[in-house]
Amino acid sequence: MTPLPPALVLLGVLAAGMVQFDGPRPSEPRSGYSFLTPELQNLQDDDFANPGMLWVEQGVALWDEAAGSSGQSCADCHGDAAQSMRGVAARYPTYSDEAGRVINLEQQINQCRTARQGAAALAYESEDLLGLTAFVANQSKGMPISVAVTGPIAESLKRGEAFFYERRGQLNLSCANCHEDNVGNHLRAEPISQGQTNGFPIYRALWQSMGSTHRMFAWCNEAVRAEPYAAGSQEYVDLELYERWRSQGLSVETPAIRR
Amino acid sequence: MTKADKIDGTRRLLLGGLAASVVLVAMPVRADDALVAEAIREHFGDAPRSDGRITMLLPPLAESGNTVPIQISVESPMSETDRVKRVVILATRNPRALVATMEFGPGAPRAQFSTNMRLSGTQDVITIAEMSDGSLWQAQSRVLVTVGACDTLQIRY
Amino acid sequence: MPNTRIRVPKTAKAGDIIEIRAIIQHPMENGFRTTSQGTPIPVDIVTDFACSYDGVEVFRVRLEPGLSANPYFSFYLKATKSGPVSFWWQDQHGEVTEASEELEVT
Repeated sequence: MTPLPPALVLLGVLAAGMVQFDGPRPSEPRSGYSFLTPELQNLQDDDFANPGMLWVEQGVALWDEAAGSSGQSCADCHGDAAQSMRGVAARYPTYSDEAGRVINLEQQINQCRTARQGAAALAYESEDLLGLTAFVANQSKGMPISVAVTGPIAESLKRGEAFFYERRGQLNLSCANCHEDNVGNHLRAEPISQGQTNGFPIYRALWQSMGSTHRMFAWCNEAVRAEPYAAGSQEYVDLELYERWRSQGLSVETPAIRR
Repeated sequence: MTKADKIDGTRRLLLGGLAASVVLVAMPVRADDALVAEAIREHFGDAPRSDGRITMLLPPLAESGNTVPIQISVESPMSETDRVKRVVILATRNPRALVATMEFGPGAPRAQFSTNMRLSGTQDVITIAEMSDGSLWQAQSRVLVTVGACDTLQIRY
Repeated sequence: MPNTRIRVPKTAKAGDIIEIRAIIQHPMENGFRTTSQGTPIPVDIVTDFACSYDGVEVFRVRLEPGLSANPYFSFYLKATKSGPVSFWWQDQHGEVTEASEELEVT
């Protein structure tokens, strides 16, 4: 066997470093918004009556509030969120060199708090973390979702894809069984959506409150009688990333209303 | 196996599994017509009520009983001497019939408002308006509240 | 103190009838829900809401658990002269939340 020419070896190494994810996704992504009745659509479209805006306002206050040993607020580094945060949520989850793994927006906020502000991380699903996340995501409202697909993130996407197609729970159902195979069919009176995550954190009528993507995953997992993973777990971050890949092209709607 | 077979199999699984989980759900006791009549008597005694003068905007079908938008307007000149004093909203099959009481102060130029209410299932909503002359007016409208299969499950999240 | 949002137009012409909107962040626990452990969650609601314009009451609500979480109201007032539009909420424990916005009448 003759050794490979050095140029080819180099190409191979480069290709491995440039692994690109190209899994399946809906040819026509449909936001959960399109499955709602006009009443809930109106509620989402009304920037005042949309109760999710209460959490966004909470985020406005937190953005300017000094936290931790640094005595710094988010605004002290990032300035006007309308400028600095525009488009940011549309790119998350993303690979963080600092964390050495893929992290979502909630984890990025907490990374800033612990590493930069010298403050304690906010608890997952706490009103404060929901508020800040909703506020930051709201700055990208109307922008198309576009996550990175090359480099170390590809591995995370593959794991997320595997999670999406893996049957689980006593009902032995995968995410895809409902949100791909049966989109538009009904579970009793409820139309099955594509399970898109472009509006999160969402104000969910069922919860009568704001909730994160991971709360929704846990809810769905328990609905099929599977033991949910913890909010913030790598399993859910990977799934969230894959969901965002499926949402590619849909616009950020945070804070969306869902049934 | 054809694609149609596969989908059908999945659906049977879905429906069967979900139906099996429905049994455990406890529903709160609901108001009946006697309780609704009692709530009305509490507010207005036995005074007669007429149909009309109230326009009630409610969706004919609500996909969540937790947030049902309602807009009410009452025909009235809203002058110093001829005005709407209060409006009472009742839900005939909620655990508690009385939903809210609205009062229009001297600064109100129009007897109209909007809010969001809860409906625990398909039922009639009754609105009663009391005028400054003591006359009572009433409107009634039915809302179909749909239920998704997963809504009936006990889920901790 | 619960988060509130109010909407009052900045300016209005004398005689204009204008829409006023108010929302407060509150779960409006109706007493029929349970925690994930199955413990009943007691009733916890906002019981009263009122709005006045230049000291004169415009709209008042007695709330019951049948209103949605994060109670929202929209109603009307007639602009007569510049003055404060004041909002007042009280929960079942007697805790009061207030908000106010100046209306400039031209």
